[in-house]
Amino acid sequence: MLIEEIQILNRLGKQFIPDVTKPQLPGPFKGRPEISSEKINEDVLASLCPAGAIGKAPVSIDMGKCVMCGECAFSFPSKIKFTTDYKIATNVRERLIIKEGDANPITVDEREIRKEIRSLYGRSLKLRQISAAGSNADEAELNACGNPNFDMGRFGIEFLASPRHCDGVVITGPISENMAEAVQVCYDAVPEPKILILAGTDAISGGIFAGSGALNRSFLDAYTVDLYVPGNPPHPLTFINGILELIQKRKK
Amino acid sequence: METTSTYITIKNQETIPLSLIPVLDYGNFYKEVVALMKAPHIHCVNYYAYQKDETLKFICCLADDVEHNIKIFSHEMAKKEKMQLTSITREVYAFHIYEREITENYGVEFINSPWSKPVRYAFNRADKNKLINNYPFYKIASDELHEVGVGPIHAGVIEPGHFRFLCNGETVLHLEIQLGWQHRGIEDLFLKKSSLLQRTILSESIAGDTAIGHSTAFVNLMESMGKVFINKQLEMERIIALELERIAMHVGDLGNMNIGLAYQLASSVFGTLRTPVINYTQTWCGNRFGKGINRVGGTHYPFTYELIETLLKLLDKFEKSFKPMSDRLFSLSSALMRMENIGKVTKTQMQLIGAVGMAARMAGISRDVRISHPSGTYKEITITSETLVNGDVWARAYLRKLEIKNSMDYIRNLISEHKKIKEPSGKPIAMGELKLAANSFCISLVEGWRGEICHAAVTNDEGEVIHYKVKDPSVHNWMALALSLRDLEISDFPINNKSYNLSYCGHDL
Repeated sequence: MLIEEIQILNRLGKQFIPDVTKPQLPGPFKGRPEISSEKINEDVLASLCPAGAIGKAPVSIDMGKCVMCGECAFSFPSKIKFTTDYKIATNVRERLIIKEGDANPITVDEREIRKEIRSLYGRSLKLRQISAAGSNADEAELNACGNPNFDMGRFGIEFLASPRHCDGVVITGPISENMAEAVQVCYDAVPEPKILILAGTDAISGGIFAGSGALNRSFLDAYTVDLYVPGNPPHPLTFINGILELIQKRKK
Repeated sequence: METTSTYITIKNQETIPLSLIPVLDYGNFYKEVVALMKAPHIHCVNYYAYQKDETLKFICCLADDVEHNIKIFSHEMAKKEKMQLTSITREVYAFHIYEREITENYGVEFINSPWSKPVRYAFNRADKNKLINNYPFYKIASDELHEVGVGPIHAGVIEPGHFRFLCNGETVLHLEIQLGWQHRGIEDLFLKKSSLLQRTILSESIAGDTAIGHSTAFVNLMESMGKVFINKQLEMERIIALELERIAMHVGDLGNMNIGLAYQLASSVFGTLRTPVINYTQTWCGNRFGKGINRVGGTHYPFTYELIETLLKLLDKFEKSFKPMSDRLFSLSSALMRMENIGKVTKTQMQLIGAVGMAARMAGISRDVRISHPSGTYKEITITSETLVNGDVWARAYLRKLEIKNSMDYIRNLISEHKKIKEPSGKPIAMGELKLAANSFCISLVEGWRGEICHAAVTNDEGEVIHYKVKDPSVHNWMALALSLRDLEISDFPINNKSYNLSYCGHDL
């Protein structure tokens, strides 16, 4: 009966997040790290990291490599602290490397944004996602971006099936040798101008798969990346806020 | 453990010296497999090869669901240019995937194999001339038929795979599924990345939607081989996490299936119900997929009083929305029409392909590691394994509904037990402290939400892992999807595919 269905909907209540720039994530969530100036044994700290994301003198964490296990913070709690700041996407790879004393938010560098991005995509951005050996956690989070909760569609941002209808591609996964050709074919099928987004640590650096003989990341040598979205997997709020900042939809 | 002349019998997650695994000559090995596999309660949980020096060692693990043990035996072969064995697949069909993998990895030819095709085009495969874009698809010569090829990239935001349909008009005669696009070289990385933390994170990344399932199999295996004791409390917490993963994935799948049914209300209600469950996991460990919860010997994320109270409230709230929606779905004739008798497979077919987990239970086979080979606290709680006989889309949907209900019950029961224990669950062991038994073998089975997950490891004289084997339930169950499509309209593919929701990366490794 229809009345039954209305009751079900009613019980469920409103699901959408009214302002996607505002929600607070719970404590254990690992977002932008902060590194204190405390003196510790840097070799021990760096050797803990399973992804080689920790640099020495000064201590730094590369969010493009970090798999968010938090082991460094568990072992050196007064040196490294992960905040719940999920706005960690940027268009400049170096901005993902957080150094001792850095406490500023990670932002998109306005000067590096190609002109056509904002003029063309400010109101509507259609994306083709390519899973190139993504573990399905990244894909699930990108799907979640469009669900009733995060509802990225309200900003005109959507994933579409045909690359011909899209304005750019979003790659997840470390790019396997077996997917390398398909990635190129799909990218080529998107009309110019087009943007390129890497979503998730695996896509940005290979993540825990870095160094595997089964990968072929040469595609990335040939193109400019317009947005890096870190995370293992990237949180939907990281992805949406990153894109909004890139196309300037986020309320300042 | 117990030894006969032909096999050694061990329990799930029991570590044994390699020397105790009987080595048979291939003729006897063949006979033993064929004889044992005649019993319907015995299925093969792994059969694989690894290379030690110039010898290939083949280990076979048959699980006996009635005696609750695993029978292990092996054969060996010198590595040389031309290696041939008689295929077991002709007699025991479920062996096709194991033999194909051995051929792909080591170049061993299985004589008389009916289906000797590449599995995943592993980067370190024996024959580099075999290329993923040149897969030998099954063909039928006819002017009446046509082929439909889909993938590797699909319409939605999902993993890549290639589906080749052989159709007579709208009707699918045969579907062949070609995988391998997701291959990341996981098993090789388990050896290359040698720190315990790296391996733990790899186990969480085998299939991101089964991070808890695969990492549970990994930590259980490491704890057995390294004789690491974990307390009752931690055992319970791991099961609570695993059952939460089951609830989240099952309810999400019901949402996706309803997109396929074009029942918008149910798709958004079920889809929306997944969110608070994974957000709860995030409150517990910081990650919506449970990455970080499982560590060898302990956990960084204690299951606190506040977390327990939040979970109990969450389950009550979940149930209040889930029950009316699922009651409505399963009594709505227009929805039932799209599920009943669609994509039907038989018990015999599932027995033959060695289906595991949900793909077995929806077609009349009660195969569930939580009952047949329980580990940890599963030994102590009452598990009701639901088995349906229909083998259709309806059964795959309805089974999820039943399993969600059961998982909520287990979690509530476990929480009431958990509350009685005051001992904290303890921190993970420090890196470098894990010392694995030398020259040993261990196998670890876990019932993930898709079904039986199997990890196995072999160590050398120094206790270093020299071979690590991972098997996702999807390895067997992809064939079930192919069988479901026979004589079906091609337009029924999406609902069938969603009803299985199998793992590409779990298969491709």
